[in-house]
Amino acid sequence: MTGSVIVAASFLYLAFLFAVAYFGDKRADAGRSLIASPTIYALSLAVYCTTWTYYGSVGRAASSGLGFAPIFLGPTLVVGLWWFVMLKMVRIGKTHRITSIADFIASRYGKSQLLGGLVTVIAVLGVIPYIALQLKAVSTSFTILTHYPAIVMPAKSETVPWLADTTLYIALMMAAFTILFGTRHLDATERHEGMVAAVAFESLVKLVIFVAVGLFVTFGLFDGFGDLFSRVAEDPSLRHLMSMGAGGNSFGSWFALTLLSMLAVMFLPRQFQVAVVENVNENHLRRAIWLFPLYLLLINIFVLPIALGGLIHFAGQGVDADTFVLTLPMASGHGWLALLVFIGGLSAATGMIIVETIALSTMVCNDLVMPVLLRYRWLALQGREDLSGLLLGIRRFAIVLILLLGYLYFRLAGEAHALVSIGLISFAAVAQFAPAMIGGMYWRGATRPGALAGLSGGFAIWLYTLLLPSFAKSGWLPIEFLQGGVLGTELLRPQELFGLQGLDPIAHSLFWSLFVNIGAYICVSLMRRPNAREAGQATLFVDVFKQSRPAGDAFWRGSARIGDLLPLIGRFIGPERARGAFADYARSRGVAEVEALPADAGLVHFAETTLAGAIGSASARVMVASVVQEEPLGLDEVMNILDEASQVRAYSKRLELKSRELEAATGELRSANERLQELDRLKDDFMSSVTHELRTPLTSIRAFSEMLLDDPRIDLTERKRFLGIIVSETERLTRLVNQVLDMAKIESGHADWHNGEVSLVEVIEQAVASTSQLFKDKDVVLTMDLPESVPIMLADRDRLVQVVLNLLSNAVKFVARGAGRVAIRLRETEEGLRVDVSDNGPGLTQQEQIVVFEKFRQGGNTMTDKPQGTGLGLPISRQIVEHYGGRLWVESVAGEGACFSFLLPCGKSTESTEEAG
Amino acid sequence: MIKATLTGQRLVAVFLLGCILVNYPVLSVFNPDATWGGIPVLYLYVFGVWAAVIALMAWIIER
Repeated sequence: MTGSVIVAASFLYLAFLFAVAYFGDKRADAGRSLIASPTIYALSLAVYCTTWTYYGSVGRAASSGLGFAPIFLGPTLVVGLWWFVMLKMVRIGKTHRITSIADFIASRYGKSQLLGGLVTVIAVLGVIPYIALQLKAVSTSFTILTHYPAIVMPAKSETVPWLADTTLYIALMMAAFTILFGTRHLDATERHEGMVAAVAFESLVKLVIFVAVGLFVTFGLFDGFGDLFSRVAEDPSLRHLMSMGAGGNSFGSWFALTLLSMLAVMFLPRQFQVAVVENVNENHLRRAIWLFPLYLLLINIFVLPIALGGLIHFAGQGVDADTFVLTLPMASGHGWLALLVFIGGLSAATGMIIVETIALSTMVCNDLVMPVLLRYRWLALQGREDLSGLLLGIRRFAIVLILLLGYLYFRLAGEAHALVSIGLISFAAVAQFAPAMIGGMYWRGATRPGALAGLSGGFAIWLYTLLLPSFAKSGWLPIEFLQGGVLGTELLRPQELFGLQGLDPIAHSLFWSLFVNIGAYICVSLMRRPNAREAGQATLFVDVFKQSRPAGDAFWRGSARIGDLLPLIGRFIGPERARGAFADYARSRGVAEVEALPADAGLVHFAETTLAGAIGSASARVMVASVVQEEPLGLDEVMNILDEASQVRAYSKRLELKSRELEAATGELRSANERLQELDRLKDDFMSSVTHELRTPLTSIRAFSEMLLDDPRIDLTERKRFLGIIVSETERLTRLVNQVLDMAKIESGHADWHNGEVSLVEVIEQAVASTSQLFKDKDVVLTMDLPESVPIMLADRDRLVQVVLNLLSNAVKFVARGAGRVAIRLRETEEGLRVDVSDNGPGLTQQEQIVVFEKFRQGGNTMTDKPQGTGLGLPISRQIVEHYGGRLWVESVAGEGACFSFLLPCGKSTESTEEAG
Repeated sequence: MIKATLTGQRLVAVFLLGCILVNYPVLSVFNPDATWGGIPVLYLYVFGVWAAVIALMAWIIER
């Protein structure tokens, strides 16, 4: 396969990628975003998988079995924390128009230019080996492919003169491509929708091609997973790859690599760029939390089969395991598959390089170059009208510079290491951001000196224990450096610092650098209280989710003129765009004209945030401060604002609580009032019923008395009859009054209950004895069915007798003379003691069954029949039974008699008669 | 804003569980010679936990 075919295919692919990006940008400008989907977001996060994954994982697996896995297990696990941590980062990023990880840290610790610059230096130096890795992978795969069908490992590039080295041209081409992608125009929000679309597309490409090669190796060259692994198990030189601990993959390095990748997937500049800066919608994070690790799993399934397949296939041929993905299809004569593999690898490299260098160039421009220009060339900047061209120029220059540095590292140190080892050096560098980032989001007490000390300490250790040794191993530093450190003392050996042995270089460096980093960060932060600006920014970051946090403009006081601010912003993002942004802001404030905007703290804050989107928060702070008159806030004042905010918060919480209590109280009052009204109505009903009932006997007594008084000639029998009626009516009147009093006492709870030990059998017998005359008079048969003994209960005997008496007299009242039958029965049930009084009288209709328990309502037709009772017997009986926790009810079918029953629970204290006696 | 903090807490629990399952000492119990259908049990276990963690997170988020 000739080089020209490969180059043509590559340019075709890159042109297509560019078309995707162009289309994405056009759609974004039209307001119909191509990337507004959680799936695209997750695919863009997969920029994590570079040629390291694509080629390097196989190389790592070929030497250490499962040793490649922690790099992907770490991200899979850590996404579980993203629901809290990443969401907070995204929210902070959107609120403060954060454009890069350097901007984030600088902004958090009081918009410090120094801190932003330090983070940028660490990021650039840290990531350069990683970029070198991509260049190395692309150039190696290119060289190997040009020799197809022969498989020739590339010669060491040190033997090639610089200008004849393909890698240099690949680096320059990548730079040109990145400039086309990322810096065509300056965006106030630093978002690149087209780039994200292209990255998502290339993620898909590399996944599909890698899985295709995996399927080809597993099922084409071998007979499935089982066959492949069995052949490895039979080979004594490969068997060790099936256990943990192969190739230095100890549990210690396994843990270190997991932790390292957890941090890297959040704090690599390109991951921060796609996850935070390019995030379209916070809700996309939700699904990406599981889609992203799913991608990682899919792309890793075939790593082991390809690695082991390559080891079996190329046993003893000296083929570099990092190239198995490419060389396996080549060895079996599949030239087109090999070309596809090369395109996939190019895709992985391009995606990484584009996003990484754009992120880095933004940092270099905003946090490194701008502050210097602002400081030393302030006058020169003053004169120029539109600076957006200058900004773009700086960024383009930074992109070229970063790629050339990557190439330089590749020439200096790249040849001595496998792909993965180079990448891990970068991971360890960006891990240094973790304490300042995470601490900054959750710890208010962290200060700028603390962050500075932590970052520089950790970075220095990283430099000494990882980067310099990597130069020493390639021969660019004397190898004695590894033996004796800088001072020749064994205690300072770079890879056995302070005598710490037994860890691999990465774990060793990670331990010491994070130890120094976190230690310095915490200790230095604790040396003094945060100053006014730090405290203000800390609150804005830590409390980003709280509704009642102080707004960003709460920490500014001074005076400004719209005529100063608008041109300033215009110089950086273009006059038209600036005017548009200010007009939008004016509309949101309800002001018609931009010029009519009040030049208050809110406007200054808006201007500063807009500017921060273009040149970073620290530089924006300096620029805005140069055109407005500010009064610096003291720590006390900031504390007051924070205090006020927290007081308002606490106060509103108390108010909410109070109002909830009030609502509950109102509800209770309302229901109490309803009950009162109901009771009032009942009382009125009761009064009218009572007077009505009293009047009936009174009327008849009066009528007969008047007759006796008026007519002296009435004979003796008539007189006797009249007097008998008067006496019985008087008795009824007395009974009525007694019962009304009784009822009132029971209802009001003032009744006297003379509780004692009572046996229901005796109660029934006594009641039957008292009513026997009634039964005899009416010639009604009463049958009794009583058990020999029942549990004794604690109750008022007379009251219970009253209940039974009432039921019996009711029954006898309604049965027919002569043919009447009444039965009383006592049974012990699970619920308690049950008494049934049944008769063969006329029975009750459904409606009557309800009304008989109401006061003054009687069975039978009260309008036509002469009332025979007071109408209070059943209500009183029910009250008595319910007083003892029981119930009284009736079951009846009209025309077939009725059965009144009551049930009294036996309490624990009751004992059976046998035991008692 | 995603308000469901309960979902977030469940995800943190999955994170903690996953950290235990794919680290020392759990990983040390696998016999390198043991295979299942020709595939080493250690490989199956690591990839199985990997897939299970993803499935669990997907279930927690999407249900």
